[in-house]
Amino acid sequence: MTDTKIKIENLSFFYGKKQAINDFSLDIPKNRIMSVFGPAKSGITTLLRSLNRLYELIPDTRAEGRILIDNEDIHAPSVSLTQLRRRVGMVFDVPTPLPMSIFDNMAYGPRLSGIKRRSELEGIVEQSLKMAALWEDVCDRLDTPAASLSGGQQQRLCMARVLALKPEVILLDRPCSGLDPISTAKIEESLQELKKQFTIVIAPHNIQQGGRISDRAVFMLSGNLIEEGTAEEIFANPTDKRTADYITGRFG
Amino acid sequence: MKLSAKSSEKIAKSIIWAAAMLVVAVLAAIVIYILAKGLPTLSWSFLTEIPEGGGAAGGIASPIVGTVLVTAVAVLIATPLGVGTAVYLAEYTKGGAITKIIRFSAESLAGIPSIVYGLFGFIFFVMYLGLGWSILSGGLTLAIMILPTIIRTSEEAIRGVPGSYRETSFSLGATKWQTIYKVVFPAAIQGITNGIILSVGRSVAETAALVLTAGSSLRMPTSLFAPTRTMAVHFYTLAMEDISPANAFGTAALLIILIFIINVGANILLNRFISNKGKKKEAKGGKRN
Repeated sequence: MTDTKIKIENLSFFYGKKQAINDFSLDIPKNRIMSVFGPAKSGITTLLRSLNRLYELIPDTRAEGRILIDNEDIHAPSVSLTQLRRRVGMVFDVPTPLPMSIFDNMAYGPRLSGIKRRSELEGIVEQSLKMAALWEDVCDRLDTPAASLSGGQQQRLCMARVLALKPEVILLDRPCSGLDPISTAKIEESLQELKKQFTIVIAPHNIQQGGRISDRAVFMLSGNLIEEGTAEEIFANPTDKRTADYITGRFG
Repeated sequence: MKLSAKSSEKIAKSIIWAAAMLVVAVLAAIVIYILAKGLPTLSWSFLTEIPEGGGAAGGIASPIVGTVLVTAVAVLIATPLGVGTAVYLAEYTKGGAITKIIRFSAESLAGIPSIVYGLFGFIFFVMYLGLGWSILSGGLTLAIMILPTIIRTSEEAIRGVPGSYRETSFSLGATKWQTIYKVVFPAAIQGITNGIILSVGRSVAETAALVLTAGSSLRMPTSLFAPTRTMAVHFYTLAMEDISPANAFGTAALLIILIFIINVGANILLNRFISNKGKKKEAKGGKRN
């Protein structure tokens, strides 16, 4: 096993009085793909959003416990929220192109971090689009609106946009849920490339996808961690009955 | 006798259609009547000459200039205040007591008759602040009057921006203010501009409030502290005092044409602005694979 990138210690999460995650602890290894899966309302989205503190947009939410990235507590007062979100990029379940051109979408993050030189931005945009396997599709129309792309292209744009932040961790919350199999395959393929440089935490949109792409996996149910292990262990040979029942389709 | 579903459908449809047609007919009748009466008066000299004999002769150059200046003052003051308030209401408050007070105040402002604004403007700007009957007094009074429109339309436009835009922007490391001015504002600009155009129309057409605050001078204004008579006030005076029905209709025709031009022109400008920024297609939403 490689180094631990993210260490979650006794995380509990609350929306008002309602608890969404219960005393959750997990080590997420560096340069691997970690799948977090389970039925709806299991706290998976909440877990992903607690890793970049995006839940803080919702009023009356509270996290207890510690989350360490490279041994640094992300809730420490010294941590800059904008810095954290650049280190921990996120791709959502539906493509979320901003209402601007492809180029401006790509340059959004880099510009926020103070990069102004056009040539430098162009370099980052090209490199990131290539990493997300979208460069060929869009290189001659970077000035067209991002919303004119197809759904699959939009989602790869969202991945490329995260890569342009030069993050360390990439969170993907069911990134293929609205996509066709070809687009899905393209995204899965690029994830295998990307894990060489990044730590990836993904909520797969089904068990099959989890099995195809992950190195490790964790099964969640009602905000609890049920079982964690290598992808083979979890998807082919789960020890917990609830994991087995879910994987074989007995519930969920 | 009970009507069959089919015939009641037919009857309902014709009544609704008649209502819609009646509205169009009323509008058309007013516009055609005024244009028919007023257009013969409109000429280059009518537009460029200063009124003489209290408006019985000459043109309406000074009321035109007065109208433009009063409206400009009103819009330039009300827009930043109104949009700022809207941003505060839409983005920074969570529905507490302060929000309620602000929104209640804005809505109350919208319900006050314009003559009351005029009285307030007269007492506060004209007398108390000593601005006298002037373009500034009139513009400030109008600014308060159009504030609710600008606040409401801007707030609606800002609230109409999908939450996913904000979430995405934050997830890419933007602060709240960066999110507002880089994403929310551009996405809401069309709605905000519509509110401003509505307000311009209202300012150009306002009469009662301006009689009391901008005065009724027919001289060409030389500064913002000079009194003026806007076109609507001029029209009212000409018609009420029976000075010159022909010139009154000429002024009214120009008012209608002006408001038409403002609406159409603003729309064209806006569309050009939007397509330049490459956003036109996005308004229709992206394709899905």
